[in-house]
Amino acid sequence: MKDNGHKSQITIALAGNPNAGKTTLFNSLTGLKQKVANYPGVTVERKEGPWTINGKTANVIDLPGLYSLDATSLDEHIARDLITGEQAGVPRPDAIVAVVDATNLERNLYLVMQMFEFGVPVVIALTMIDVFEKQKHEIDVEMLATLLKTPVVAFNAKTGRGRTELAAKVNEVLHTTPTVPYVYDEKEDEAGPHGRIFARYNFISQVVQESVWHSDQKSHRLSDKIDRILTHKFFGLVILVAILLLVFQTIFSWASLPMDLLEKGFGAFGDFVRAEMPPGILSDLLADGIIAGVGGVVVFLPQILLLFLFISLLEDSGYMSRAAFLLDKLMSRVGLHGKAFLPLISSFACAIPGIMATRTIESRRDRFATIMIAPFMSCSARLPVYTLMIATFFAGQTVLGFISLGAVLMLAMYALGTIVAIAVAFVLKRTVLKAPPPPFLMELPPYRLPNLRTVFQNMLTRAFLFLKRAGTVILAISIILWALMYFPRSSQQAAVSGQPTSQQVVLPESEQLKNSFAGRLGHVIEPVIAPLGFDWKIGVALIASFAAREVLVSTLSIIYNVGKDENEQSETLISAVRDAKTDDGRPAWTPLTALTLMVFFVLAMQCMSTVAVVRRETNSWSWPLFMIGYMTALAYLGAFITYQGGKALGF
Amino acid sequence: MKEKISETAKMTLTKLPIGKDARVTAVNGTGRVTRRLMEMGVIPGVLVQVVKMAPFGDPIEVRVRGYSLAMRRSEADAIEVSV
Repeated sequence: MKDNGHKSQITIALAGNPNAGKTTLFNSLTGLKQKVANYPGVTVERKEGPWTINGKTANVIDLPGLYSLDATSLDEHIARDLITGEQAGVPRPDAIVAVVDATNLERNLYLVMQMFEFGVPVVIALTMIDVFEKQKHEIDVEMLATLLKTPVVAFNAKTGRGRTELAAKVNEVLHTTPTVPYVYDEKEDEAGPHGRIFARYNFISQVVQESVWHSDQKSHRLSDKIDRILTHKFFGLVILVAILLLVFQTIFSWASLPMDLLEKGFGAFGDFVRAEMPPGILSDLLADGIIAGVGGVVVFLPQILLLFLFISLLEDSGYMSRAAFLLDKLMSRVGLHGKAFLPLISSFACAIPGIMATRTIESRRDRFATIMIAPFMSCSARLPVYTLMIATFFAGQTVLGFISLGAVLMLAMYALGTIVAIAVAFVLKRTVLKAPPPPFLMELPPYRLPNLRTVFQNMLTRAFLFLKRAGTVILAISIILWALMYFPRSSQQAAVSGQPTSQQVVLPESEQLKNSFAGRLGHVIEPVIAPLGFDWKIGVALIASFAAREVLVSTLSIIYNVGKDENEQSETLISAVRDAKTDDGRPAWTPLTALTLMVFFVLAMQCMSTVAVVRRETNSWSWPLFMIGYMTALAYLGAFITYQGGKALGF
Repeated sequence: MKEKISETAKMTLTKLPIGKDARVTAVNGTGRVTRRLMEMGVIPGVLVQVVKMAPFGDPIEVRVRGYSLAMRRSEADAIEVSV
């Protein structure tokens, strides 16, 4: 094939089975200059980066981990389209680097067989060869290349072995057409619909037989020994629970220091801006709208980083699939796949990566059921709400004399979310998403020490994606909300009502809020939320938090800061909430109101970003709308029962 | 395909004792799961071994082509083996 001259850059696709060391190879080739985006219309991640081949910079595209190119799952479909050049926005690759795990040669080569059929030249990068040789097996790389009729390069990211050779081989195969090394004639086929699969594997078996010498000694590998403990019928479950507890403990305790620092930092920055700029709309917008709003979200960064650190460690070590293996029976009783475990656990940090992680579930109905319940997992955005309520009304109280009431309530909120999620999944799987028990086919990869660089890079990518969200959606919402509360200015209001229009007359700030667009909206919904014990100010905060939960805290602080004209002592938010009064002078908050609000937040769908992700993942508006509808109904019901029940009990 | 099944009681992967080597004789079914099973290397003629069961007896871990594949009993039931 000829290069048409106008195509200046070489495109290389990197493809291979999951757990074959693809990410490590990609990182080793491209370093830190990676770009992560999504393929248009779907949330399959598209990673690419530069790689120097023969003095020229090639663009390496990292395909999702695949077992086959038969296009039965979304990932496979995209990979196939990309290789055939049908994926919009991506040029057809000039060569494929096939990542093949030497310790799992037969199954890894299956995908390579399919690659040959697409007519794009293939170079095999053989990974894990050090592990393979340590097990006293031998592999004849040259023989392998001869039999497969394509270059094979042994690659080790740690030592750099094979890196130059890989580039040289890729350069060699450019503009060549691969030969399909196995023979298969559809017309002469008598093996039925799966004849091609048999032909591929039969050829692979021959190749492996001629190029690999397995050691006779039945080595009880370390991985097997570890596995016997970690998937033990009893200890396996105990260890799983212990690991989960450790993860949560860490997220809550280790993250608090950097979170405090970030919070103080943004506070100081806001004060600085206010002090340095002339007072007016612009300084108000910057300090109260933008810095306070975005700062309130960025505070969660330490938690997100820690959670993704753990998820990467668990995934890269091979433990995550064991967890799915251990839990599948329990999960399938509810009607979910064992693989739903990871997305649901991720959703405890944030439903967005959790929902994105459902891609690994092949059955559409199981995937949708998992997506629908993911937002019930108490995400980190709910934490500040719980924390504020607990700190304000339940701090320092104990149960049975020594257990902190706050901790009990916190745990209760997590439990409530999880129980409701299970119940909803149970109902969904028997109604709208009715389907027979999903198939469960999952590789249990050998345990490996996680590659720290991969883990670290994964963490940074997540952090970046999160900050991007904070910088776009949350920024926009912050500005809109600020404007809703800032306009119309009360002096204009005064002019309308025929009072003196002198600019010197500045109305109390609580009056300003009451007359603002947000205030009016709060008043409109007050009759609806009154049975929940919420006044219109809480209503304003609720409206705001339908965009993103964490906004509740910043909105409350804006509401009560704006309305602080009567009590100068109420500097902090906690005392402001505690001292807040309804319009008729009663305390706006009681411990029961706080509890009701927490229950509402456990159940309600208050996150625009999640709605947007669900829309993309399900490729329809009906699912996200259904989600908003049923979750809001459940939240209202839950809050109603809590408040009215609590009142009836005399709280 | 069907005529391959012998008259003696069919042995499926579900009934195979843990740790015993067996050879796959047939993979029944026509759907996506069957296809995926085969693409993962479970085809007639291949050696398999049940390594262990999960805590509640399901799923099971199967050793095939040098790697471990977890599957539910419902999937394993479709795989016929001979010892």
